[in-house]
Amino acid sequence: MDQQRIRVLLAKPGLDGHDRGVKVIARALRDAGMEVIYTGLRQTPEQIVSASVQEDVDVIGLSILSGAHMTIFPRVVELAREAGLDDVMIFGGGIIPNEDIPRLKELGVTEVFTPGARMEEIIECIKRRSRRAKAES
Amino acid sequence: MSSIEITDRLHEAEAEWEERTLKPTLKRMPESSQPFTTTSLTPVERLYTPNSIPDFDYETELGFPGEPPYTRGIHASGYRGKLWTMRQFAGFGSAFDTNKRFRYLLANGQTGLSTAFDLPTLMGYDSDHPFSEGEVGKCGCAISSLSDMEVLFEGIPLENVTTSMTINAPASMILAMFLAVAEKQGADWKKVGGTLQNDILKEYIAQKEWIYPPRPSMQLVIDSIEFCTKEAPRFNPVSISGYHIREAGSTALQELAFTLRDGIEYVQYAVNAGMDVDDFAPRLSFFFNSHNDFFEEIAKYRAARRIWYRVMKDRFGAKSPRSWTLRFHTQTAGVSLTAQQPINNIVRVAIQALAGVIGGTQSLHTDAYDEALALPSDEAALIALRTQQIIAHESGAANTIDPMGGSYFIEKLTRDMEEGAFEYFRKIDSFGGMIEAIDAGFPQREIQDSSYEYQKAVESREKIIVGVNEFVMETAPTAVPLLQIDESTAELQKERLTKLRSERDSSRVDQMLKALADGAREGRNTMPLLIDCARAYCTLGEMCDALKPIYGIYNEPAF
Repeated sequence: MDQQRIRVLLAKPGLDGHDRGVKVIARALRDAGMEVIYTGLRQTPEQIVSASVQEDVDVIGLSILSGAHMTIFPRVVELAREAGLDDVMIFGGGIIPNEDIPRLKELGVTEVFTPGARMEEIIECIKRRSRRAKAES
Repeated sequence: MSSIEITDRLHEAEAEWEERTLKPTLKRMPESSQPFTTTSLTPVERLYTPNSIPDFDYETELGFPGEPPYTRGIHASGYRGKLWTMRQFAGFGSAFDTNKRFRYLLANGQTGLSTAFDLPTLMGYDSDHPFSEGEVGKCGCAISSLSDMEVLFEGIPLENVTTSMTINAPASMILAMFLAVAEKQGADWKKVGGTLQNDILKEYIAQKEWIYPPRPSMQLVIDSIEFCTKEAPRFNPVSISGYHIREAGSTALQELAFTLRDGIEYVQYAVNAGMDVDDFAPRLSFFFNSHNDFFEEIAKYRAARRIWYRVMKDRFGAKSPRSWTLRFHTQTAGVSLTAQQPINNIVRVAIQALAGVIGGTQSLHTDAYDEALALPSDEAALIALRTQQIIAHESGAANTIDPMGGSYFIEKLTRDMEEGAFEYFRKIDSFGGMIEAIDAGFPQREIQDSSYEYQKAVESREKIIVGVNEFVMETAPTAVPLLQIDESTAELQKERLTKLRSERDSSRVDQMLKALADGAREGRNTMPLLIDCARAYCTLGEMCDALKPIYGIYNEPAF
């Protein structure tokens, strides 16, 4: 049964300590039946990718509110690809200006959720687009 | 006629009213099926009457302004003698950029300064540290040494303008640089006024910008309280902050209770260190959030004053009325601002600011409407300041003291806040204190639970947020001009640090850093040693690093 569950690693890169959002999402994804690994604050892209490899996750979620998303998101995507995590879905959330979203998607971020996004939307997006969902369909 | 009889009669009258007038009305027009609750999801009754506040005693519960229990305010003349200080939090980019914004705000009638630092500074990293990459100047101003601090306050006389500095883990180091700049300006430390946030407890609870573990961090705080009491007596060494606790998702009651219990912890540690409570307590100040629920917020501020008076008098035996009075700064709730239809935020901020004023705040920051999108633009920052000026000069709120006092609703909410806070104090005391409660993850879990409940209430639309889950517009109706911070600050900072490191007297730097580490190991007050480091142009990162071998570093346990 457990093998069917979508495994999600949630990380909070960047120096800020605003973890309200990521903790709410962690709980919502768990309540939706997913397995969630939350890395805690201030993880470097290297740490995030290495934890993702170790935990064999289907999805990486990055929460960032400090404004450093254009530095950190591309770095995580790049390292994930280098580590062979080609089919791992990477999504992000936080204070991210609309103008930056197309560029992030081009770089390989599946979806970006900004303030006001509903927990349900995030759950649906993961269910639809993670590799486990794709494998089942 | 006794008061009990009056109450009985009123109870009867209220019951009769329900039967005679209310019931037929409800039959004809049923109430909304959604629960009526505050922003904190506390149920609110249909009507409040004297029956809601049995045994209400004016003199013991309210008293008069400027007198115990200070429910109605700490000044006998309210805002009639002096308005609150309009203190807009500002900081971005380099010290040059922020200095320019400070001068702009002062030129437009702002009366005090408030400094925002960037994340590397808040974490004690220099701008050229690898962890600072992508973060320099983004959320505030980058300060890595006395040289940056000199630029920040260029042309601003520190004896005349009070300055608030929002910094916590490296607060002592920043205070050392600030006092060194004051000294260079020729200002007398005894006359320099301002506030250091320096509230490390709420970092572990909510904001999470820490360096060292809780106990050595408390030692740094106590050192700075002791130092300021003697050497910079007009400086508030700690601003005990509920703002971040609320932003992290707590209820209004949790904000109140955890903040005041943090205050108790600082007072207790300072007393344990041998200080006389009346020597330092008058310089402690507080910082609260102002969220959307107007009445709940007003009750929170009124209760805060009453509780602090009782705590200082009964728990600590403080004798000076100046120790009994709770002074506070208010900031409107950043978390309440929406990225959707951002101009609406001007209205939210105005309501929240009015609650702060009616609640009797000593100083106020109003958020700019574009803050859910970026740091404020000049135009948005100006509207935020104008909002305060409109409240001050047009709304009438400043004409009379505690205008909501005596409202059955407000008095009931104020009572509930007080009772709820003392209940939380008992729980936290049973852990052994706030530090022990933090070790156990108690306040952290309480806040997480509340924030999850709130999010669920928003998603089920029990709580409506205009423009977010109701009255939504598909296309962005207004494009607002945003402040952009590029990587040029980081480049500038790197150059400045390279130059600083090559030009300063490096043997003096090493000597001062060693003296700091030795002093901390021997348990001496760290403040004079840090000031020596600042004078020698040791960087922020060097000072913070020098203490790590002695104090250790903090890793958050999983909760």
